[in-house]
Amino acid sequence: MASEATAGTTGKGAAGWLQPHRVVLLIIALAIVLASIFYLRWDWLPAYLPLAMQGIWRTIWLLVVTSILGIALAIPLGLAQAAGPWFLSVPARTFCTIIRGTPLLLQLWLLYYGLGSLFPQIPWIRDSFLWPYLRQAWPYGVLALTLSFAGYEGEVMRGAFAGVPRGQLEAARAFGMRRWTAFRRIWLPQALQRALPTLAGESVLQLKATPLVATITMVDIYAVASRVRQDTFVTYEPLLLLAVVYMAITGIIVLAFRRLEARIPTRVG
Amino acid sequence: MSHGETVSLSQPSSAQGAAEAIHVENLHKKFGELHVLKGVSLSARDGDVIAIIGGSGSGKSTLLRCINCLENPTSGIIRVNGEEIRLKADSHGNTQPADRRQIERIRSRLGMVFQSFNLWSHMTLLENVIEVPVHVLGVKKEQAVAEAEKLLARVGLAEKRDVYPAFLSGGQQQRAAIARALAIQPRVMLFDEPTSALDPELVGEVLKVIGDLAREGRTMVLVTHEMKFAREVATHIVYLYNGVVEEEGPPAALFGSPKSDRLKQFLRNVG
Repeated sequence: MASEATAGTTGKGAAGWLQPHRVVLLIIALAIVLASIFYLRWDWLPAYLPLAMQGIWRTIWLLVVTSILGIALAIPLGLAQAAGPWFLSVPARTFCTIIRGTPLLLQLWLLYYGLGSLFPQIPWIRDSFLWPYLRQAWPYGVLALTLSFAGYEGEVMRGAFAGVPRGQLEAARAFGMRRWTAFRRIWLPQALQRALPTLAGESVLQLKATPLVATITMVDIYAVASRVRQDTFVTYEPLLLLAVVYMAITGIIVLAFRRLEARIPTRVG
Repeated sequence: MSHGETVSLSQPSSAQGAAEAIHVENLHKKFGELHVLKGVSLSARDGDVIAIIGGSGSGKSTLLRCINCLENPTSGIIRVNGEEIRLKADSHGNTQPADRRQIERIRSRLGMVFQSFNLWSHMTLLENVIEVPVHVLGVKKEQAVAEAEKLLARVGLAEKRDVYPAFLSGGQQQRAAIARALAIQPRVMLFDEPTSALDPELVGEVLKVIGDLAREGRTMVLVTHEMKFAREVATHIVYLYNGVVEEEGPPAALFGSPKSDRLKQFLRNVG
């Protein structure tokens, strides 16, 4: 054991990575995986694999699209609260408070069952080119998740904008930068950089908010797992697979944000 | 001394005949009830190095920051390169530049160096130096980079071009900030206490860079606490006391035989 430990600290690369505690953890993980494979039922998997892949894909695009749209909305929301006149900051703050103060499930249902049942009664909406989309569930899912993300991130961006030191913007002003240039070149990049660690965590939370769209008939990976249970009465295995999928996506998000954060080295103090 | 409305009429003696780069006349600045500048006048001709000295709270930084309207003067006349900054009063009674484009144009020809450096922290030194030429003045990027490399070499930071400000000492950051200000090819350099935030052992390297600029005939207005340095490089000294120009003149006269009692007192105190 002792010789292994010293080899672990001195040797770089594969040998350095293979420390005793990691070896133990690997063995345990392998045992769990093998046990899962041999003692649990996976005979349903081939039949549902295409649907599962579709579900995973839907979950991922839902996450990516709503996060990007949400951030795009959160930037003006945060800016309005941090530096806007009252007629912009008050509505922005109200929006963020309402979104953060109500359950996402409620927002989703209000949009889907509320708007969704209101729209068919309005002739010009029924006649519009958007109607084929508005009849489906996903626009409401995207809208609800986007607004929710915007509400939380609007608050994060408010803090990030306010936290950029005055001197940074004063330097931009002193060199004759126009306000839009200063925002685009100095204020926004620094605010986003400050918000990145928080955004990483919020994106993971957003991922785990996506299963709610299964309640409005969108078939994401969670809905696929539910369907397997209903069809085959196999309960535990689909849930296990679901957990693995969410953890894998979470891992990708965390790694992606880590790379983004590493692009600009910061030093504290 | 009624209301301290002292209007200085004397011109710097060193550069008679040179064009006037900065002209400040009867400048007042109030922060609410606080009357910080009470009718200050100042003139910098090309090649002048004007050092503004005075105790804390005398209004010297405010005076400098009024020149490029980082602080909006309450009243008075400011001319940069012969162009008068047009001011207007807003609904709250505060003054501000009437024409945003005009003040942006004027600022882009004044190289400001701050006490706390204010290098943009999300950019490397090179990116800091090319930022204003490329994104404000419309210089081509390759040209701006070539120029920036020369300037960074000049302040002794050539090999730090790809380093972020947070990884540099205060002295290095301030030298980079000087390079950034030089990159806009300023008509006048404005220094707002450039060494006050530095550790004592780093002051020398920054003063050397500023001194070199002064010796090559660059027009500068400098707020400083470094009396020895001011005496060496300045062509004209302005001593502010309580928002008024108490005394001004060439360094030899001002430091050698100060007339005002307050200046005598001040010089005794700062050693």
